[in-house]
Amino acid sequence: MTVFLLRRLLQAAAVVLVMSLLVFLGVYAIGDPVEILISPEADQIERERAIKALGLDLPLWQQYLVFLGNALRGDLGRSFVFNEPALRLILDRMPATLELAVGATILALLIGLPLGLYAGLRPHSPVSKGILAGSILGFSLPTFWVGLMLIMVFAVQLGWLPSTGRGETVTVLGMRWSFLTRDGLAHMIMPMVNLSLFKISLIIRLTRAGVRETMLMDYVKFARAKGLSPARITLVHVFKNILIPVVTVVGLEFGGTIAFSVVTESVFAWPGMGKLIIDSINVLDRPVMVAYLMVIVLMFITINLVVDITYSVLDPRVRLEGK
Amino acid sequence: MPPTLEVRNLRTHFFTRAGVVKAVDDVSFAVDRGKVLGLVGESGSGKSVTGFSILGLVDPPGRIAGGSILFQGQDLAGLSEEEMRRLRGNRIAMIFQDPMMTLNPVLRIDTQMIETVLAHAKVSREEARQRARDALGQVGIPSPEERLRAYPHQFSGGMRQRVAIAIALLHKPDLIVADEPTTALDVTIQGQILAEAQKLCAESGTALIWITHDLSVVAGLADDIAVMYAGKVVEEGPVTQVLDAPLHPYTVGLIGSVPSRNHRGEPLRQIPGMTPSLLNLPAGCAFRARCPRAEARCAEPPPMAEYRPGRFARCIHPYEEAAAA
Amino acid sequence: MSSTTAGAPPVAAAPRVETPFRRFVSEFAESRLALFGLVVFAVIVLVAVLAPWIAPQDPYDLAQLDIMDGRLEPGSVGGSGITHWLGTDDQGRDMLSGILYGLRISLTVGAGSAILACVVGASLGMLAAYAGGRTDSLIMRLVDLQLSFPAILAALMILAFLGKGILNVVIALVVVEWAYYARTVRGTALVERRREYIEAAQCLALPTRRIIFRHLLPNCLPPLIVVGTMQVARAIALEATLSFLGLGVPITEPSLGLLIANGYEYMLSGKYWISFYPGIALLVTIVSINLVGDQLRDVLNPRLKK
Repeated sequence: MTVFLLRRLLQAAAVVLVMSLLVFLGVYAIGDPVEILISPEADQIERERAIKALGLDLPLWQQYLVFLGNALRGDLGRSFVFNEPALRLILDRMPATLELAVGATILALLIGLPLGLYAGLRPHSPVSKGILAGSILGFSLPTFWVGLMLIMVFAVQLGWLPSTGRGETVTVLGMRWSFLTRDGLAHMIMPMVNLSLFKISLIIRLTRAGVRETMLMDYVKFARAKGLSPARITLVHVFKNILIPVVTVVGLEFGGTIAFSVVTESVFAWPGMGKLIIDSINVLDRPVMVAYLMVIVLMFITINLVVDITYSVLDPRVRLEGK
Repeated sequence: MPPTLEVRNLRTHFFTRAGVVKAVDDVSFAVDRGKVLGLVGESGSGKSVTGFSILGLVDPPGRIAGGSILFQGQDLAGLSEEEMRRLRGNRIAMIFQDPMMTLNPVLRIDTQMIETVLAHAKVSREEARQRARDALGQVGIPSPEERLRAYPHQFSGGMRQRVAIAIALLHKPDLIVADEPTTALDVTIQGQILAEAQKLCAESGTALIWITHDLSVVAGLADDIAVMYAGKVVEEGPVTQVLDAPLHPYTVGLIGSVPSRNHRGEPLRQIPGMTPSLLNLPAGCAFRARCPRAEARCAEPPPMAEYRPGRFARCIHPYEEAAAA
Repeated sequence: MSSTTAGAPPVAAAPRVETPFRRFVSEFAESRLALFGLVVFAVIVLVAVLAPWIAPQDPYDLAQLDIMDGRLEPGSVGGSGITHWLGTDDQGRDMLSGILYGLRISLTVGAGSAILACVVGASLGMLAAYAGGRTDSLIMRLVDLQLSFPAILAALMILAFLGKGILNVVIALVVVEWAYYARTVRGTALVERRREYIEAAQCLALPTRRIIFRHLLPNCLPPLIVVGTMQVARAIALEATLSFLGLGVPITEPSLGLLIANGYEYMLSGKYWISFYPGIALLVTIVSINLVGDQLRDVLNPRLKK
């Protein structure tokens, strides 16, 4: 297990390095780095001083090392717009995005697993066909448009839910959270549903396919031959087997959810990382873009690592091979 | 006392879009306490479906379309699903063909054994565990306590089949349906398991239905034999008599195609042609297209008839004397 | 599978031969839903192509627009005497015309990027399969990297660096999509390469180019068609999303996504139609392509054949 972990950590470090190189090249080599990193309002003297200070007169590989060194110290530059360290800006917004993404994932599991299970156990019932048709629709619906429709129906027409913002927040562990207050939760519902739509469809399809495949396995028939109750067969024998692919995909998709919250946050003016990055792109606040990219890459790698470890806990076959 | 199991005119059909597949079509046989019945046939002859029918494990589009399955005098076809569940794994157990597939790969052996105990007996977890440990010991698995905590993939195929047998034995069933349980195993392990199965039946009085395509397995194990072809039993009788003097041309062909020392150097005999598709099977003897003795009358469905005491065959022109040798 | 390449014997005389294509058509038609999707998609393409002739108004011709007609409800008659069946936007632009023209842009971007991505991806995938070794592992690493990174983010970043514009959107879409094609082609080509007929062709010392184009590529076609169909739908959705976020097509060439974005601010005052109808058009387009794609996958997937 230790060797397995160590190897995975090394791989992760290698990917971070590669991604940092890509981001570096993206920001520094494509386009004029001076234009990217120095506020367009700066005058000539300021520019020259900044070029010297930023080491832009050095050869490219040395610049990369400087960038890398700064990044390691947590210095990813300062935002032009907010005049704050870019990294801190991102981290400030992270709780908002995280609570949205985690909420959407939980919601997707709560809705997707039972529906998928039902559709898999009774593939020919009309309800199952309806569930499947719904999941195809869920894949096809453009997220942002669904978000607009949600606002139109539930905020404008019915007036049940607030349309934008985070609502009231509470500070816990030095971070502001919405899900702990009634008002915050009310603000969260629509963005959460919106963000989970695609995942619900995905989980329904995965679960349904997994159940149908597992039900055909000899060990399910053997479990029935042992005289187990249908509930135990479904909830233990079938469920534990389909949990493996579902957990893997949901885990890997978590990164995608955070990325996709860019859209949902824009629709519902939810002040998270996604909204920040869209605003930064629109005003060309490049240090924030760089910081966001590096943070996202790190998150992705962490997620992959966690998924791998969870996977090995769930599937005894993998666990032993890793030893 | 009624036989442990008596199957009468069982019909299990699969109602597919392409038509009705008569996987089991008018099958009858009986097994007494402590006896072994060998159910023999090629793949697709309906022998496994017969086994699943007895346990009530036929999945849609298949269902039992007729006949009765009398277990200790009680008709299983009339039981509710819940009543059937209480019998399964308890009074009637089943062992499957492929030991690599019958144990759930993500659950530990103890989980899979204890749940079987608890499904039918009101005992504590500790007691259930004890029973599981004893059952493992009974089938010859060394250090059962330790093995209980293992996962299926940590066992060899032979060991897994022993675990499956141990699970089947947990409630000391009156009837075990074994569906080709040794086919996937090495010959030496096959021998061990056969010997244990025989011992078990003799000692506990369990009736055993041993489904196989391998006549040599049946020869050493079974008391009686029923040969199936295309969903029907074509010959039935005491095992030595059937093997020594088969009546049905199909049984003759089956015996002839077993490689044996006595025929070394000769080309192996084989039955010409292929097993027919069970979909829209024409009336009459299903074997007639491959039968060396086929004649016009074979287009009429042949009845099951007793040609000698205790010797049944579904053929209008059986071999009257030993023809297979 | 190999019948397209093995040089089928001439069977000219026999009428109604079961060719692979005919079988494909009849199997595809088995699903009414897929057939329906195909018809709907064909109609969409048709009205998009014919937009300049059938649209009530040219939404780009400022002379035809009247600000007085702004934000009219669906079904109202504007100052110029046109009935605005789907209402008008804030500029007084007829929504129906806007949607028809928007469809043109959405479809062009979707199909264009899919074709380009297919060419790029298929070439790289073929190169990986054929060259093997380090070239292969380098390309496949790139594919893995691309696929593990969310498309929306990659596209956002590319557009952030390149700026708005139809061409830039197409470039971004190609960058995020090529990997799917590369993986598909490489997988299929690797399987086909080991087949006897390729070995035979190599023994005959046929030029590599001929082996690739005449033998390997046709066999990669069925999975490519499936991936391609799904990717067109994805590209259209992604383009709409990017445009909605304000990073896609410019205001002068409004795609469906941009039309929806334009209606966003009026949504809160209950003027739903500016966003609603372009969204429906987008939805119908994507669903119809996905229905066709689903059935194509079932028909062209040899694993599902019984």
